[in-house]
Amino acid sequence: MKLAKNFFRRHAAVVRLTHWINALCLVFLLMSGLNIFNARPDLYWGSKSTFSHPLLSIGSDDSGVNPKGVTKVFGHSFTTTGVLGVSGDGDERAFPAWSTIPSDYDLATARRWHFLFAWLFVLNGLLYLTFSISSGHVRRDLIPRRDELRKIGPTLVDHLRLRFPHGEEAKRYNVVQMMSYFIVGFILLPIMVLAGWSMSPGVDSLAHFLPQLFGGRQSARTIHFLIAWLLVLFTIVHLFMVLISGVWNNVRSMITGRYDLGQERAP
Amino acid sequence: MSFDRRSLLKFGALGLGAATAGCDRVDASPAGMDALGFGNWLTYRTQRLLLGDSLAQEFPQSAISAHFRPNGSVDPKDPEYVALAKNNFADWRLKVDGLVDHPLSLSLADLRALPARTQITRHDCVEGWSCIGKWTGTQLSHVLDQAGVKKEARFVLFHCADSMDMMSLDSTNASDSQKSAAANGAPSTRYYETIDFNDARHPQTILAYSMNDAPLTIPYGAPLRLRVERQLGYKMPKYLMRAELIRDFRNIRGGHGGYWEDQGYDWFAGT
Repeated sequence: MKLAKNFFRRHAAVVRLTHWINALCLVFLLMSGLNIFNARPDLYWGSKSTFSHPLLSIGSDDSGVNPKGVTKVFGHSFTTTGVLGVSGDGDERAFPAWSTIPSDYDLATARRWHFLFAWLFVLNGLLYLTFSISSGHVRRDLIPRRDELRKIGPTLVDHLRLRFPHGEEAKRYNVVQMMSYFIVGFILLPIMVLAGWSMSPGVDSLAHFLPQLFGGRQSARTIHFLIAWLLVLFTIVHLFMVLISGVWNNVRSMITGRYDLGQERAP
Repeated sequence: MSFDRRSLLKFGALGLGAATAGCDRVDASPAGMDALGFGNWLTYRTQRLLLGDSLAQEFPQSAISAHFRPNGSVDPKDPEYVALAKNNFADWRLKVDGLVDHPLSLSLADLRALPARTQITRHDCVEGWSCIGKWTGTQLSHVLDQAGVKKEARFVLFHCADSMDMMSLDSTNASDSQKSAAANGAPSTRYYETIDFNDARHPQTILAYSMNDAPLTIPYGAPLRLRVERQLGYKMPKYLMRAELIRDFRNIRGGHGGYWEDQGYDWFAGT
């Protein structure tokens, strides 16, 4: 729909609203989640913890004069002093104070932040899913047509060269955008919720299959952690793309819905 | 309209810093902590609504953890407990009192004479780890029925033998005040917990005297511990001395219904 000469209503109100609530939730969930992780900075596979063989552990080594941050992945050790294991003024903690809510290690409080925003996140996600499925947003905007799928190679190359569509073409998400948004919104985030629920002994009593789906509660915890970082990776790329493909136009379209088809900055 | 990207990034970083500082201010106040607890309150209401009498998953024998990590107190130094342990708990009794028709004093033999239930379940610590163990004991509901719970009772309050500030008494880390409080046997740091009847009457809620087919050992709560399988580990007190039926816990100790609850952990630990 054209609003003015070059303005195009790019995002529906529900999409805009849920986008920003989602962004807010993810920041709080990530940072409180890192504080929760600090309570037991190891990851395991299966139903139970295999304390002597974690898949990943973030700890410290006190044998020297100054404590050293040590991160172990599949038995390989890396020195990560300054960020992981030891940070700040020699604080021995897995993730550093600047990355966690609360900044001090406080599992009880971090859990409260996490569950409060988890509820907001789930309710907001349900609103988004209901709207985007019933309104046709998913079918129309997020599932690529066959001809678009065929263009995935060239589109990806255009992305990597930071060449973005203009004019009429910019009305529609390109195939790389569609697939990224679909994977995040309809695969990663729902798995994140299910893996989170799998860690609840209460939920598990109602749905024994839920932790089993992931290979056990500890596997679910590991997957919850990994997806958190995939979402961070997505967010970094997403923000970079937003910045570089006409930041003001992009941000405005996600706030007011109005996207200027003619005003884009050539990279 | 032009936009300076660098200033945008700077603004973002500043915002993040302010946001975390703001969070620290919010959760430092009791009102802020209460407000944050809204999420867990929703979880509590939702789980109570949907769970009914659902049973926690029970595992096969082969799933039992080779090493079950003991947590909380692992070797209570309270003189009263040490004396009981020395005698292999022959003089130990579980008192059941408060809002009951017939106060009880049960020995281990009395408890073993009641119908037993064995379950192999996953123990989830609030820290994030899990272990699988086999527990045998009598359902708490048997004991409650024997005592005759008065109508007005709403919670079972478990009094434990272990003082939490004695945990590191032997280590050089214990402060002088901790040591003197421990020497005085100050009861204020004794572990305690409360559960409501939804959990107390749940079929898997047992008073366990046996773990992995052997009498419960001291690190795991000898002679008797509670199992509440649909909640986290801190809801399952060890070293039980007394089960008191109460109407309200707001006037007990810190007022939050448990040792860890008084430190800010949620009373409902189903997640």
